[in-house]
Amino acid sequence: MDTRKEKFPYGIPGHNLGEIEREIPMEEPPVWPVNDELKVIGKRVKRIDALEKVTGKAIYTSDIKLPGMLYAKMLRSNVPHATISSIDVSKASSLPGVHAIHLIENAPKEGGDGGTNTYPMVKYVGQPLGGVAAESLEIAKEAVSLIKVNYEKKPFVIDMESAMEINAPIVFDAPITQQQDGGDVGETHDGSKGEGNVRGPSTSSFFGGPRGNLEEGFNEADVIVERTYRTQVHTHMPLETHGVVVDWGADVMTVYASTQNTAAVRNEMASVFNLPKSKVRVICEFMGGGFGAKHSAGSFGPMAANLAKKTGRPVWLMLDRKEEHLAEGNRPNSIQYLKIGAKKDGTLTGIQQRSHGTAGVGLGAGVGRIAQILYPCPNFATEQYDVLTNAGPGAAWRAPGNVQGAFGLEQAIDEMAEKLDLDPLRYRDRIDTSEVRKVERQRGAELFGWSRRQPPGSSTGVVKKGLGVGQSTWPRFVTLDSSVEIKIHKGGGVEIRSSVQDIGTGTKTIIAQVVAEELGLQVKDIKVNIGDTFFPVGPGSGGSVVTGSITPPTRNAAFEAKMALLKLVAKKWETDSSELYVEDGQVGHKANADLKMSFKEATKLMRTSQISKIASRSDDYGGFQQPWGLAYGDLGSVQFAEVSVNTETGFVKVDRIVAAHSCGRPLNIGQLESQINGGVIQGVSYALYENRVMDNGTGHMMNANIDQYKVPFSMEIPEIETIIVEEYSGRSSTDAYGIGEPANIATAAAIANAVYNAIGVRLYEIPITPSSILKALRNVS
Amino acid sequence: MEKKDQDPESKSAKNISRRGFIRGAGLSTAGSVLLSSNVLAFDYREHPAKGKEFGPGAMTIKMKVNGITKSISVEPRTTLAAALRDHLGLTGTKVVCDRGACSACTVYLDGKPVNSCIMSALDVGDKEVTTIEGIAKNGELHPVQEAFIEHDASQCGYCTPGMVMSCVHLVENNPNPNLEDVKDATRGNLCRCGTYPHVFKATLEAAKKMI
Ligand code: FES
Ligand code: FES
Repeated sequence: MDTRKEKFPYGIPGHNLGEIEREIPMEEPPVWPVNDELKVIGKRVKRIDALEKVTGKAIYTSDIKLPGMLYAKMLRSNVPHATISSIDVSKASSLPGVHAIHLIENAPKEGGDGGTNTYPMVKYVGQPLGGVAAESLEIAKEAVSLIKVNYEKKPFVIDMESAMEINAPIVFDAPITQQQDGGDVGETHDGSKGEGNVRGPSTSSFFGGPRGNLEEGFNEADVIVERTYRTQVHTHMPLETHGVVVDWGADVMTVYASTQNTAAVRNEMASVFNLPKSKVRVICEFMGGGFGAKHSAGSFGPMAANLAKKTGRPVWLMLDRKEEHLAEGNRPNSIQYLKIGAKKDGTLTGIQQRSHGTAGVGLGAGVGRIAQILYPCPNFATEQYDVLTNAGPGAAWRAPGNVQGAFGLEQAIDEMAEKLDLDPLRYRDRIDTSEVRKVERQRGAELFGWSRRQPPGSSTGVVKKGLGVGQSTWPRFVTLDSSVEIKIHKGGGVEIRSSVQDIGTGTKTIIAQVVAEELGLQVKDIKVNIGDTFFPVGPGSGGSVVTGSITPPTRNAAFEAKMALLKLVAKKWETDSSELYVEDGQVGHKANADLKMSFKEATKLMRTSQISKIASRSDDYGGFQQPWGLAYGDLGSVQFAEVSVNTETGFVKVDRIVAAHSCGRPLNIGQLESQINGGVIQGVSYALYENRVMDNGTGHMMNANIDQYKVPFSMEIPEIETIIVEEYSGRSSTDAYGIGEPANIATAAAIANAVYNAIGVRLYEIPITPSSILKALRNVS
Repeated sequence: MEKKDQDPESKSAKNISRRGFIRGAGLSTAGSVLLSSNVLAFDYREHPAKGKEFGPGAMTIKMKVNGITKSISVEPRTTLAAALRDHLGLTGTKVVCDRGACSACTVYLDGKPVNSCIMSALDVGDKEVTTIEGIAKNGELHPVQEAFIEHDASQCGYCTPGMVMSCVHLVENNPNPNLEDVKDATRGNLCRCGTYPHVFKATLEAAKKMI
């Protein structure tokens, strides 16, 4: 293979920045220096699609209106467990304005559980059963209400602990497999092992299985912390619900989708309808939030397509708020037992973890890898169980598993520090080997004023103040199947194409920045056309993979196109293209200042109307930890929380969060801050407010709306300060990674630790509500 | 600062039947001051309509939106949000909760913010509607819109039209707002992406520029 050696910046500026030599493929661009020496990268570049957003001109899937389009509404179960004996659609089908009704029936080969019936077995309230297409949404809704479903009800179980009992009603009596969009990124949870409603355990991850010998580890320990932590189920609640508009033309099925993964939706639709992938086009230009739940076509995608097929007209099918809560994903709950042992000097000797969680009728309720890898410990074992219940399926939720896991682990570490009579931050200095978190602790502690921290429970007065900290890690995942096309048009336009979507994270903008930096142009000169599967396949927006997956091929494609253009200029100037450079929109000659030409002029030398180059993500320089795309290094973060707890009302207010984060080479500071703010606010919400409340007697969700599903609004937003630590490791042509998941992991633990510091009583369960604070205080006094 | 129109007596000239399902013309900013309810100062009293009955079929009404009067055919059950989005193609106004709890659907009625998802299209009457599409004048962005771009005050952007409407109304009516004023003005606007800190910053900066 043709390679060359280059020296890359390596380490953390202001801490340990040095260089590392890497062997890189010959065709890849030369190394970028640190951000200070770049023009567009690492700056506060304005979001390139902000204008459409602030003027209301951005067209989301829910806004699409096509000629002849019908509106669809889904029919859903309103009982949690039943077989369906019959469905009477006669009244609905005779309602004026109704064009088609489609019922979900068991495919003969998919028989399985309840397979002798025409209709699938109902397993939860809100399960899709069918759909109606009509001239207006109002008519479609009315038609759905006229459909009569006759159920033969079966016993059901809603709450997890009841489901674990030996005599509990059984949710599935056959082995089940992982939901496509559920669970942790890159891990599978075994649904075939286990008894009753309890499946698993999962005992390993891609970081390996158990280590050492736990018994010996705990024997060596001088201090033990042993606790059980509980976290709640919460739902994603993106502002734009799940949904599609399907326009099934004579040749191509076009699917406008509110999705985090255009390519996955394309693949699912092609497979369901037995079409070649080339005949399904999925488009997502703007989308109103996903947070992990929108990776699949779900059942609404095929439903809209079936209705489009039956009517020969385009069909709009967006879910309503209630359906979104019931059926389109949630973060599973957890009951986590954690035991950690340490020597007097703090050295960890053993970590044991056992968790149960329910993703309803889905799998993937593990608590991730945080306990396994955050702190080195020779003896470790985990058992993570899934418990099936008659409730809507879970889905990946920003750092799946790890958010639950961090809530337990980072409180246990705090408790250990206290038993060892060490400051929680100093204790982490001692046991954490990560350089980036060390810097984050230093810079964060200074900005936050950690030295103000008083001993737990020493705050006086009715409203008590507390300070706390929490740490996290998230892997650097790379999706190798990530490709980009660049076109330089004759006369000057530059265009980027990929199926990768921008879900609000700013992907369009960072792509434009990378190209502008490479071509010596301005961001406004770059047109980014993404979110369309007719373009080269990009990654799904999950696992914080996008930045690390799509920006290296973007830069590489731009570099190749630039070299092709420079060759034309070199020919004209009778020189070598390696002597040329592009900067500030000008092509110049390194040795001859008189030779200058604008980029635009240069493109006029092209013989074809465009130069087009496609690049795909190459392997990391120096390879991967796992060949499928688990990169070396991690995305470490440290968050600090300051809270006020009113001991009379039990009311907790988060006053301030300092969030120190790393993501390799930062690309856009403003957008990174936005995402960190978002992760923190969702963390505050997880710690204090939101909770899916189920009625165990009926299986219905009691707060499937926005007014009773409490999340923070402006009045509950703390002051948030962010610290972004540059960390160079020379692993790709951009050396950049995402921030979506890391931003959300440590917040709840930091808040719980701060609450403890304020009142001197520890809460092991979230959400921390006024009543849980008052109960905890009453128990000690 | 002026609150959203809460006056249930401010009825349109056209009284219609079947309007009880949408109680009260407009609603204050859907707030979140209490854990149990996001709704502030909602008027639950019924004001039975008098006069002529309409419906259940569609009828033609005139509506002045962003300075232009248009005729549309709506059913009595059509909300203002649906009229704007589905009948007038003004999809900048978003429907998120469809029950007055998130302010994504905020528009102005004679300059006062209302939640268009819980207002009947027939209740608009002679009042002038302003939507997000009508905030930039003659192609020139409002300072709040400029500041939203400058300070990255949108992520997915789905809450943004509603946020802009709340923030523009604030700075137009309070020349010197502080952080608490901005929080108060947006207290009913849900942003699941958690863009609030940048919304606050942008609005304060915009207000400064407008002095
Ligand atoms: S307040 Fe109207 S959509 Fe939420
Ligand atoms: S920016 Fe996504 S909901 Fe506010």
